[in-house]
Amino acid sequence: MYSKTVEVWVGIFVAMGLAALFMLAMQVSNLSTMGSEEGYEVSLFFDDVAGLGPRAPVRMSGVRIGRVSSIAYDQQRFQAVVKVSIDNDFRSIPEDTTALILTEGLLGAKYIGFEPGGALENLVEGSKIHSTQSSLSLEKIIGQLFVKLTGGND
Amino acid sequence: MWLIRNMGRRAIHSFQRLGRGNLFLFHTLMGIPQLFLRYRLIVQQLFAVGVMSLTIIVVSAAFTGMVLGLQLFNTLQNFGAEQSIGSVTALTLVRELGPVLTAIFFAGLAGTSLTAEIGLMKATEQLSGMEMMAVDPMRRVIAPRFLAAWVSVPILALIFSAVAILGAYFVAVGLLGLDSSVYWTQMQSYVDWDEDVVNGIIKSVAFGFIAAWIAVFEGHDAIPTSEGVSRATIRTVVHTSLSVLGLDFILTSLMFGG
Repeated sequence: MYSKTVEVWVGIFVAMGLAALFMLAMQVSNLSTMGSEEGYEVSLFFDDVAGLGPRAPVRMSGVRIGRVSSIAYDQQRFQAVVKVSIDNDFRSIPEDTTALILTEGLLGAKYIGFEPGGALENLVEGSKIHSTQSSLSLEKIIGQLFVKLTGGND
Repeated sequence: MWLIRNMGRRAIHSFQRLGRGNLFLFHTLMGIPQLFLRYRLIVQQLFAVGVMSLTIIVVSAAFTGMVLGLQLFNTLQNFGAEQSIGSVTALTLVRELGPVLTAIFFAGLAGTSLTAEIGLMKATEQLSGMEMMAVDPMRRVIAPRFLAAWVSVPILALIFSAVAILGAYFVAVGLLGLDSSVYWTQMQSYVDWDEDVVNGIIKSVAFGFIAAWIAVFEGHDAIPTSEGVSRATIRTVVHTSLSVLGLDFILTSLMFGG
């Protein structure tokens, strides 16, 4: 009953399991992008980061150049500090770049968009960006609208 | 009076079974370390339990994935969100359907055969015969089957998820004309390795444990008659399915609830 074929089949079975695991790791999940992402870290200061999560993409002209690595709160500045990791391929981003929190589609996920400035120096490890535009919340827009409407009547 | 007595008898009976089950599990686990000296027993059982289930798992996974692809594509198209089909399919499969469906299929395919085999061994007094020859049936018969079943379920669940994702890919990209790179990039940006894939594997390891335990215990605990073995086989399927679904809810709320 016990033969070489049994061992071969069990070997194939285990190999298929490993192949499936490899596929889930590399093709399906983000493990492939997690390891290879060697980059430099830049801090962004926002007034409001509602809806932005870790690992959200950073895009420049719609092209993904990095991701959010952590979000914290700066108690001295009363602002949110978003640390983003920019891939090493994108080394020449002007220092006076503006960071905006944007939304994919009408209801999509939040991401950070970079709009390049005109400075000659480039962003390096540890650079800080203060010219930012926070995420727009519906409540704030409605609030501003009300102020405008009621202010106009006076 | 009769009613109360009946209820009491049933309660005592269930508690006795529960206790026997736990003692049995303890003896089985104690038998596992010696198995590594006789790995051929495990290989043989892996063949009987894992490889034999492979065809059905692959075929059912392919169809599950294809149906998911079709249904999600049609539904998501109403919201103009058919691009997210890749992530929805992968998350459903990796987190829930892969582990749960594999465990339930496994109970029907391999669990029943384990129960029937061990039950018949008991009915034909092969297990007592082994004891007479100073061979511990726990180590020789039960432990290899338990271990092989426990190892097989996670492997089969991985294969199930991978094949089903390919099945959904076939429908969404091949038949319905979604862009291939959209399917994979959407998937990669929403499926997290630790959060989703590893939790799915932990789930299937837990389900494999439950399925293996119930299958060998029901076989060993069967009344040694043909009717007893058939009853035990039914109980294997019912108990495994129910406990897997119940445990799945608990694990899901622990893993993804908070």
